Amino acid sequence: MDLNTIWFLLVGILIIGYAILDGYDLGIGALHFFAKNERERRIHLNAIGPLWDGNEVWLLTGGGALFAAFPVVYATVFSGLYTALMLLLAALIFRAVAIEFRSKVEDSRWRSFWDYAFSIGSILPAVLLGIAFGNILRGLPLDQQGNYTGSFFGLLNPFSVLVGLVSLAAFTAHGAIFLAMKSDGELLKRLSALIPKLWLSFVALYLVASVTAVFTAPLLFDDSLSDPLFWILLLPLVGAMLYMPVAAKSGKFFRAFIASSVTIALMIGEAALSLFPRLVPSLTDVRYSLDIYNAASTPQTQTIMLIIALIGMPLVLLYTVYIHRVFRGQVILHEDSY
Amino acid sequence: MNLDVELLSRIQFAMTVGFHFLFPPITIGLAWLLVIIEWLGWRKNSADYVRLGKFFGRILALTFAVGVATGIVMEFQFGTNWAQYSKFVGDIFGAPLAAEGVLAFFLESAFLGLYLFGRNRVSKGMHWFSSLMVAFGATLSAFWIIVANSWQQTPAGYSLNATAHRAELSDFWAAAFNPSTLPRYFHTVDAALIAGAFLVAGLSAYLILHNKEAALAQKSMRIAIIFGLVASCLEIFPFGHEHGRQVAATQPEKFAAMNGLYTSVEGAPIVLFAVPQDQPPPVLRAEIKIPGLLSWLAFGDAHAHVQGINEFPPENIPPLFLTFVSYHNMVLLGMYFVGIMVLATFLLRNGVLFEKKWLLKLFVFSIPLPLLACQLGWMAAEVGRQPWIVYHLMRTRDAFSPVLSEGQVWFSLTLLTLMYAFLGVTYVYLLKKKLAVGPVALTGKEK
Repeated sequence: MDLNTIWFLLVGILIIGYAILDGYDLGIGALHFFAKNERERRIHLNAIGPLWDGNEVWLLTGGGALFAAFPVVYATVFSGLYTALMLLLAALIFRAVAIEFRSKVEDSRWRSFWDYAFSIGSILPAVLLGIAFGNILRGLPLDQQGNYTGSFFGLLNPFSVLVGLVSLAAFTAHGAIFLAMKSDGELLKRLSALIPKLWLSFVALYLVASVTAVFTAPLLFDDSLSDPLFWILLLPLVGAMLYMPVAAKSGKFFRAFIASSVTIALMIGEAALSLFPRLVPSLTDVRYSLDIYNAASTPQTQTIMLIIALIGMPLVLLYTVYIHRVFRGQVILHEDSY
Repeated sequence: MNLDVELLSRIQFAMTVGFHFLFPPITIGLAWLLVIIEWLGWRKNSADYVRLGKFFGRILALTFAVGVATGIVMEFQFGTNWAQYSKFVGDIFGAPLAAEGVLAFFLESAFLGLYLFGRNRVSKGMHWFSSLMVAFGATLSAFWIIVANSWQQTPAGYSLNATAHRAELSDFWAAAFNPSTLPRYFHTVDAALIAGAFLVAGLSAYLILHNKEAALAQKSMRIAIIFGLVASCLEIFPFGHEHGRQVAATQPEKFAAMNGLYTSVEGAPIVLFAVPQDQPPPVLRAEIKIPGLLSWLAFGDAHAHVQGINEFPPENIPPLFLTFVSYHNMVLLGMYFVGIMVLATFLLRNGVLFEKKWLLKLFVFSIPLPLLACQLGWMAAEVGRQPWIVYHLMRTRDAFSPVLSEGQVWFSLTLLTLMYAFLGVTYVYLLKKKLAVGPVALTGKEK
């Protein structure tokens, strides 16, 4: 395996890490819209209170890693998807401060304003990230210099919007399962009833998107269908996907959460495998595509970065698990809570 | 002035960085003060310090949230608005940003959650450790960001690849520890410590003046003043001095612009006060100066030759007025910090500090001044580097994203400006609200 492939993998891992971790707190943000009373809203916020900051760092680190390992993709995609990204950033900013600001004033209008900011600031990124991912899978209109030649509304093509909805549904189901581990009583009962419905809509959307991909992005299936790894990964993906609602139904939410995490990881993994070794296919002419070789930084940079990742990532995983363990179990509201 | 994509992107960058840079200094400074406060709470088993920890911890949380939220824009902006720059320096510039995430920012964010919410879930020692990790992570974070920015100032450890049109990494350590990294790092981090000290001192002074738990606030004020005295003095010497010497040695155009040295001279003076005029040839009006001192400070010889702006080609000189004025006001503020801290320490020793109402008031009004100094210092550093985005390698005008339209950047600039203004106002409102309540409602209970 060459360095470029390793970095394709590592950037993929960072994206998967982000999707699993921030995925559940974005999902809880989407559910926040439907909370029934103040106590439920506080449980939503405090379920992720100590964790969301760390989760969001995966996005930042993913951005940094992309910059370091594949600077051309970083420059092309980020400038090409300009307006969509700015909306995404605006949503993430509002969401982050909403979590912190909301509890600081005891006034129903103040709280309701930040509740909306938190919900919309969670739903929008979930959808926009999916749309961005969908566009990359489908390919972007890139010219010979690797510059984006499309428009903002060009990003809102049916396939990409569909991927956006898949990501919203996946995150919401994922968040509901995480929240179920943190709640009790009435809220838990409602979540238990909701999870199968969320799961069903997620699976249905995923199937529709997959079928659509065959027609809109045939490039994805050119080599991947003959790749044994594609079929090997499909098995646990289907398994985890089917196990999710089963575990949730019998109240084993931790297991359901693991299943949901595995589903998200493998879903992204399969998509990445179909893309490989391309990073951004060009719709204009497939020869203009950016791949792990023509968009990469030098071996020196990739080596140094690999060393840094090998030192840092195990530590990150270690304390991420530790902190999730410290805060496991039901939310108890007290003086230090939001 | 033509408001094209380049200029709009520059305005957006200045605005977003400027706003973001208000929060990390408070976070870093406050985090280290909390390490001390929490240590006292733990080792002395003192409910008072635990209450102080909770009170200032909440302010840290508030500051951190706005800092992180606005910081996301920073990292993405290189790709969105400065695509040509990103392609040119990606081999070098991305690495410290990624390293910051992996090695520092994860640590800071993860342990901040533990620090804020884990008081009754982990042991007291572990809880104190989490505050230490927040402070350590924040400080390490600053290191990698300064590495990236310093490489733009004094690039090193690279080779130019003409075919790929990019700078490629040849020596990681030389790039990371380029000539300006350490002087700028110590100078900036110490500025953050000063900002933290003035925040804690100012908020404590407010509580004392309004007689809200004055006894408690006296404790935090005492810590902040000793902490602030040391940090303020160190900022002038050695950190400020060393940084100045480094600029003189590695960025002579910037050095000349900062010091208002428009013609080369042997035995260059320190200009204490002047009104600079940019029009060619640039001149200083109404100057007050100390002869020979600049040469001596920069090169250890009162008669040393110092290059003036006239020695550089006109297309390579930075905006003179802004560089001079921001630099001089930063230094002025630095002197003020030392002065007020020395005075406060003296009065504290004599046991009369808390009776001096005027000084307490001065501390309240001084809260934003270190942040102003940070902004001015950063302006001097960044404006003084112009017209280069990477010093002597790439011009700012060649760095923007060509695929953008003016409309797109107008949209984002308007959106971000409105949001930041709103966030800034809300942040100050909440800070005042916290003060109005004070630490009264907080218990010092710890498991």
